[in-house]
Amino acid sequence: MTTSELTIPQAAKGTSDRRPGRRRVMGAGKQLHAGPVTYVVLVVFALVSLAPLVWTAVAASRTDRRLAETPPPLWFGGNLFKNLQAAWDQAGLGTAMFNSTLVAGAITVSTVLFSTLAGFAFAKLRFRFSGFLLLLTIGTMMIPPQLAVVPLYLWMSDLGWSNQLQTVILPSLVTAFGTFFMRQYLVQALPSELIEAARVDGASSIRIVWHVVFPAARPAMAVLGLLTFVFAWNDFLWPIIALNQQNPTVQVALNSLGTGYVPDQAVIMAGALLGTLPLLIAFLLFGKQIVGGIMQGAIKG
Amino acid sequence: MTSPKQALAQPASSADAASGSQPGAARGAHGRGGPAGADSWRSRLYRWDMKASPYAFVAPFFVLFGAFSLVPLLYTAWYSLHDVQLSSLDHQTWAGLDNYKNLLSSDFFWNALQNTFSIGLISTVPQLLAAIWLAHLLNYKLRGSTVWRVVMLTPYATSVAAATLVFTLLYSWDGGMVNWVLHFFGVDPVNWRESDWGSQFAVSSIVIWRWTGYNALIYLAAMQAIPTDLYESAAIDGANRWQQFRHVTVPQLRPTILFTVVVSTIGATQLFGEPLLFGGVSGSKGGSEHQYQTLGLYMYDQGWIIGNLGKASAIAWSMFLILLIIAVINLVLTRRLRKTQ
Repeated sequence: MTTSELTIPQAAKGTSDRRPGRRRVMGAGKQLHAGPVTYVVLVVFALVSLAPLVWTAVAASRTDRRLAETPPPLWFGGNLFKNLQAAWDQAGLGTAMFNSTLVAGAITVSTVLFSTLAGFAFAKLRFRFSGFLLLLTIGTMMIPPQLAVVPLYLWMSDLGWSNQLQTVILPSLVTAFGTFFMRQYLVQALPSELIEAARVDGASSIRIVWHVVFPAARPAMAVLGLLTFVFAWNDFLWPIIALNQQNPTVQVALNSLGTGYVPDQAVIMAGALLGTLPLLIAFLLFGKQIVGGIMQGAIKG
Repeated sequence: MTSPKQALAQPASSADAASGSQPGAARGAHGRGGPAGADSWRSRLYRWDMKASPYAFVAPFFVLFGAFSLVPLLYTAWYSLHDVQLSSLDHQTWAGLDNYKNLLSSDFFWNALQNTFSIGLISTVPQLLAAIWLAHLLNYKLRGSTVWRVVMLTPYATSVAAATLVFTLLYSWDGGMVNWVLHFFGVDPVNWRESDWGSQFAVSSIVIWRWTGYNALIYLAAMQAIPTDLYESAAIDGANRWQQFRHVTVPQLRPTILFTVVVSTIGATQLFGEPLLFGGVSGSKGGSEHQYQTLGLYMYDQGWIIGNLGKASAIAWSMFLILLIIAVINLVLTRRLRKTQ
C-alpha cells in the first residue's frame, strides 16, 4: 500500500493556535523573497480561483435573457433578490439546507468521535491484530463508494427508509480516512508518557480518553470535522439515489434545478449561489484552520 | 468553533456506553492509595479495562464500517451474479457471469471506460503540474501568505453542484463567457457540450478548478519539510533555481507526488457529480453521444435510470478491479524506481 510509505508532515505540539504564516516567519532567514513575477502569477491563480464564484453572483443578479446574449454580463444587475427567491421556492432550498445541515452535522460529529477513539487505539494502545486491522483500514481507503450502493439501496428499501434522511446518514457515520488521519496525528501529538502517568495513577481508559486524549486531539478533531462537513455537504452519488425531490439535500435540489425542463439560467445561478453559501461562510470563518489542517496532514478528504 | 465542541461534548455518553459493563472503572482513579494488589477486585477490573478498552475503542468504527462498507462490497459481488431489476426487487434470479459478459460486449461500457481514462488523464496531469508550480510560488516568502493560501483553497469549499452549474453556463454555446473570450483572441467558438474533446475538457476543467489549490497545499507542506541545506549545497555546486527545483525539490517531493497521483486516480475513477450535472436533463447519459459518460455515470444510468441493478453491481465491481490493477502497477513501478536509485 502506497499510503503507508508517505512521509506525512506532522503538526508540532501545541498547535492549537497553529498559524502557517507564523511558522514560516521563524525560518524565514533562508527563505527567498518572492519577486514581482511571482506576485503576478499568484494574482492570476487567485483570479481563476475566485472569478467563477464572483461571476455566479453577477449572473444571479441578471435575467435569463440577458445571460443568453453576447457579450455576457460582467457587472451586477438588479434581479438578485427576485432570483434568489425564485430559486429558493423552485428547488425547495429551505428543506434542502435544513436536511444538508442535519446530515452533514450528524456525519461530522460521529466521524470525529469514532475516528478519534479508533485512531487513539491504533496510535497508542497495544492489542492483538492491531497491525492487521490498521492495514485493513488503510487498504480500504481506496474502495469507491459505488461498490456499496446497490446493496445499501436494497436494504434501505426493505426497511422502508427510502427517501428518509437516516438512509443518507447511516452509511457515512465513519470513514477509514478519518481513523487513519487521527492515528497519524496522535502518534506524535500525544506523548505516551502522559498516558503511562495516568495509568500509574490508576485512571481508567475512559478517564484517559476524556482527560488526556481529547484535549491532545482537539486541533486535529477540528480539522477533521471541517473536512468531513465539506465532504458530507458535497456528497452526491448516494443522496441522489436514496432521496427524491420531496426530501432532498442541497446537491440533489440543485441537480433538480439544473435539469428543469424550462431552465432559467439566472435562477439556476441564484440557486448555485445559495447552495454553496453555507460552505463559503464556514470557509471564511475557518479558512485558516482548514489550510493549516491540510498542510499538517497532507491529506485528501 | 462549535463543531469540535459538539464533538467533544458527545464522547462522554457514548464512551460510557462502549464500556458500560465496568461501572467501577472510573472510580478507580481516585483510589490510588496502596499498590494495585491491595484491592484484588479493583486490580482485576483495572487489568480487564486495559485489555478490553482498545477493542471497545475500535469497535464502533469497525462495526459501522463493516456494516456499511465491507459487507455491501461482498453483497455487490453477489448481486452482480444475479438478475436484479429495480421494477421487481423481490425476483432475483441467478445469472452467473451474464452481467459481466453483457458488459464486455457493450460498446457503452468500453466507451465509459475510455472516457473515465481520458477525463482522468486530462484532469489529473494538468492539475498536479499546476499544483506543484503553485506550491513552489507559495513557498517563497510572501506578503499575506495565509491569505493567498485561503484564496487558492476557496474552490475546494464550493459545492460540486454549484461549481458545475456555473461552469456549464460559462461553457454554453452562445452567450457563454468562454467562447466570448476565445472570440476576443480570434478563436472560433467551441461546442463545449457536444464535441468529444471539448466536452471532456470542460468536465475536466471543473475538477482541475476545484482541486488544484488543495493539492498545492499538500505539496507546499512537503516542500517546507525539505531541509534548506540541500538547497544551499546545490547553490554552492552552481545550480540555478530551475536546477534546484528539478534536482532537489522534485526528488524530495516524490513520496508526496506518488500520494497525490494515487488519490487523484481514485478520485478520477469515481467521477460522477460533475459530468452528471454538466449533462443537464440527459445527465446520466453523459451527453447526447455519451461523450463524457464515465463509469460512475454509466453505473447510475444502468442501475437507476434503466433499472438493471445486477448490471450496475457488475459495473461497480469492474471499477474495483480496475483500481486494484492500477494499485498493483503502481506498487511495481515504485519498487522498480527505488531499486534503480
